[in-house]
Amino acid sequence: MDKWIVDPCRWRRTLPLTKILFIYDLKKTYNDILDHLPYKSSFRFVDNISSLSKDEVEGEYTLKENSFFYEDHFPGHPVTPGVIITEIMAQIGVVVLGIYLILQEQGDKPASFDGKVFPLLTAIDVSFSKMVLPGEKVTVISKKQYFRFNKLKCSVQMLNASKELVAKGIFSGFIKQR
Amino acid sequence: MDRQEILEELKKVLFPYTENKEALAGITEETNLLKDLKVNSANLVDIIIDAESKYNIEIDFDSSEKMFTVGNCIDVIEEKLKS
Repeated sequence: MDKWIVDPCRWRRTLPLTKILFIYDLKKTYNDILDHLPYKSSFRFVDNISSLSKDEVEGEYTLKENSFFYEDHFPGHPVTPGVIITEIMAQIGVVVLGIYLILQEQGDKPASFDGKVFPLLTAIDVSFSKMVLPGEKVTVISKKQYFRFNKLKCSVQMLNASKELVAKGIFSGFIKQR
Repeated sequence: MDRQEILEELKKVLFPYTENKEALAGITEETNLLKDLKVNSANLVDIIIDAESKYNIEIDFDSSEKMFTVGNCIDVIEEKLKS
């Protein structure tokens, strides 16, 4: 047998490195998709995608204390507006997953994807169970119900840093390419 | 399944997406999904998916593009049931 394979010291030295490279590769691949998001800075609500497949996406966003909506919602008592919670859920749960599914459909010819997508939210049914304050980190988990004729329907949950449910709902929208 | 039977089943599929429920009572093959029943165009995809499971058929993109009126829908469903 090859000495390289049976030498346990080799294994101990090489395994962690392969593992690190593997994790790095995955992260890189997931976050590449963020380059396709059409939002500008103050309205982009995705920091990181931690898992992504054709059926499911999980991503995080940390609310910035200096975000434009806290000054007026509410003066002296900043609370994240429900519409912003909804937008975070839609960007991670519907738009990121939708772009991924379109890229998957294109398969071997991703070059034809010019990166210009136009997401159109068509229906939401969401309930809120906890407040989100400035600086909080939230995690969005979205499970696909269907993706047909460019329409994506998902059941989406948002959790806070203590893994408590903040909001959940059903989201649908079209992902169009310009 | 004849056209009348398909129509009766189709009414049940359309019901949850129909804004104008009264128009559903007087439905004919000429009834337009968007103009008469006031279906939200985004829900056409849901109608197609529900019809697929109702009739155990598969509706492709080209067929879906033809489904404007109740008659158009029955045409597509009838054709898919035969194949």
